Amino acid sequence: MHGQPTEFLFPNDHGSVAWTVMIVLYPYITGLVAGAFVVAALYHVFGKKELAPVARFALAASFSFCAFATMPLLLHLHQPQRAFNIMFTPNFTSAMAGFGFIYSFYLILLAVEILLVFRDDIVDRARRGGVEGLLYKVLALGVTTQTPGSRALDHKWISVLSVIGIPAACVLHGYVGFIFGGVKANPWWSTALMPVIFLCSAIVSGVAMLILLYVLACKFRRVAVDDECLRSMMRTLWLFLILAVALEELELLNMAYENGSEWAMLSRLIAEKLHFSFTWLQLVLGSLVPFFLLAIGMRRGLHPGVRIGLGTVSGLLVLIQVAAMRWNVVIGGQLLSKSFRGFNSYVPEFGGREGLGVALLVFSLPFVLLFALSRILPLWKTDAADAH
Amino acid sequence: MSCKPQGCPSCHPPADMAPDPSRREFVWDAIRTFSFGALTLTALPILVSEADADDDAKAAAPPPDAASPTTGAGKDKGKRTVLFGYLVDTNKCIGCGSCMLACKNENDVPDDQFRTWVERYVYYKDGRVEVDTCTSGNFSFDQKPALDPKVVDKAFFVPKLCNHCVETPCIQVCPVGASFMTQEGVVLIDHDRCIGCAYCVQACPFGTRFINHKTNTADKCTWCYHRVVKGEKPACVEVCPTGTRIFGDINDPDSDISKVLAANRIDVLKSYLGTRPKTRYMGLTAEVV
Repeated sequence: MHGQPTEFLFPNDHGSVAWTVMIVLYPYITGLVAGAFVVAALYHVFGKKELAPVARFALAASFSFCAFATMPLLLHLHQPQRAFNIMFTPNFTSAMAGFGFIYSFYLILLAVEILLVFRDDIVDRARRGGVEGLLYKVLALGVTTQTPGSRALDHKWISVLSVIGIPAACVLHGYVGFIFGGVKANPWWSTALMPVIFLCSAIVSGVAMLILLYVLACKFRRVAVDDECLRSMMRTLWLFLILAVALEELELLNMAYENGSEWAMLSRLIAEKLHFSFTWLQLVLGSLVPFFLLAIGMRRGLHPGVRIGLGTVSGLLVLIQVAAMRWNVVIGGQLLSKSFRGFNSYVPEFGGREGLGVALLVFSLPFVLLFALSRILPLWKTDAADAH
Repeated sequence: MSCKPQGCPSCHPPADMAPDPSRREFVWDAIRTFSFGALTLTALPILVSEADADDDAKAAAPPPDAASPTTGAGKDKGKRTVLFGYLVDTNKCIGCGSCMLACKNENDVPDDQFRTWVERYVYYKDGRVEVDTCTSGNFSFDQKPALDPKVVDKAFFVPKLCNHCVETPCIQVCPVGASFMTQEGVVLIDHDRCIGCAYCVQACPFGTRFINHKTNTADKCTWCYHRVVKGEKPACVEVCPTGTRIFGDINDPDSDISKVLAANRIDVLKSYLGTRPKTRYMGLTAEVV
């Protein structure tokens, strides 16, 4: 009776992985887009009034991340000059073919919603004249008259776009999960749960990022953190964290319980190749610790300073969790050779087109845009007219 | 507003002016011409192909073997279409790696990437199974320690290449349609269209696709399409000294491959994935993936 063969990788699997750290970054950024939008939608659609302080900022943050979501993909493509083929000659049997359309739709939706939400301020400033006035006149699309009727129409459309935006956000990120979940060649990816897992972790990362940015911005602007707003975001984060982690672990538990032919290698993948990034970063540090910190931090009557501390640390840890999750899915799935007999290795280089340096640079760009937006639009304004 | 009875030349042309024959007749002429043209253009290919079929029937030539020089692969010959297939008889492979060298020379494959390779499976008496691969051709397995018959149960070689599946995951996932299947069943890549996203590399269960370092596009075995359409054999088949690799038209019952397929028990790799490979195997064991 012969046992399992020894380590063996298909020769084309040796050396590197086809999808590098850029493809880790891409779902991370789109996740932040979807998550930040959900916070804005909670306010605009679900009437979570306590989120008013961050509602406009959340929308701007979502747009900023969305604006750079394609950068990692372009850096990854080996023929980036042909990128638009994906829209000009799409092959609709490919899960990837919808990307250009879904992404463009969502970016336009976000841009229009931002222009409408900030329309009062844009029109006010467009009347100033000069170069500054010209910028706002462009943003006002040349129309600087407003009537009570036009305002009412704008608010109606903000609600409509928010309502459309929720399923659009789900499609945008669920689709990213589907890209992986639909690859039957890879048992680490091939699960129908993948789109749902990606969606939940997207919301988790977006809310966590907003908590961090909100606290930092308050410190920067020297204003007090709105305790009820922070508490509401922490509760949302806690709920979606539980959902995301439960789904992630249920998927694994299912594979382990079924104990199919692929589990022997997948369990080794977790235990040997992803031991640190999965067990410690994703499970313990990124899921368990913030679960308890958030449970404490969202209690009513807690000292605001303590809540800020717990919220900030939890937000940071959850962002690490989601980054680790993306790494474990994207890179982890490629470490297992298609021979199912051995493991590849991947250590991202720092330099080069797909290196860590460029990845960090790309990841910093949404923050630069967000800062620029905060200079030209009143992201922190919460007027009564907006609280419909 | 109505015009006066005799005042409007457009409604009531004067008697000396020729009646406007042009408009109505022109329209009818145009309709007739267009209809005739459309019918002719539609019927012509059908008539021509029927004439071809008649000619073929009259010639009563034997169905072409894909590996013979006069194939004209890809064209209908009577009612039969050429459908290429590939068979690997692992019982015959001696692991010389000539196929790999021939492939690299024929297709300019980078040194560290492979359109085809040869795996070696060694079953030891103590239960161990070792798998390794010949990466450079020229009997490179010889560089490894010789197998001692006292400790080895059995050992054999398994050449690998693109499976040119019927239900191809690689064509399915290509977002721009750069991967496609020819009418002869060969899966090819349009290197001028490929964006190099590597989704096909992920989707191929057999590890046969890669992003070519030289072209920066997806790459894989083409069954030497540029040769077989001229009636030649793929380079690997041409050089194989033992007849391990057999290529031909599986729609032709008289081709070598059809005869071997009909007379033997045939297997494919990873059949559970439902990709229906057209590269078939003889002599596989459960350990071969």
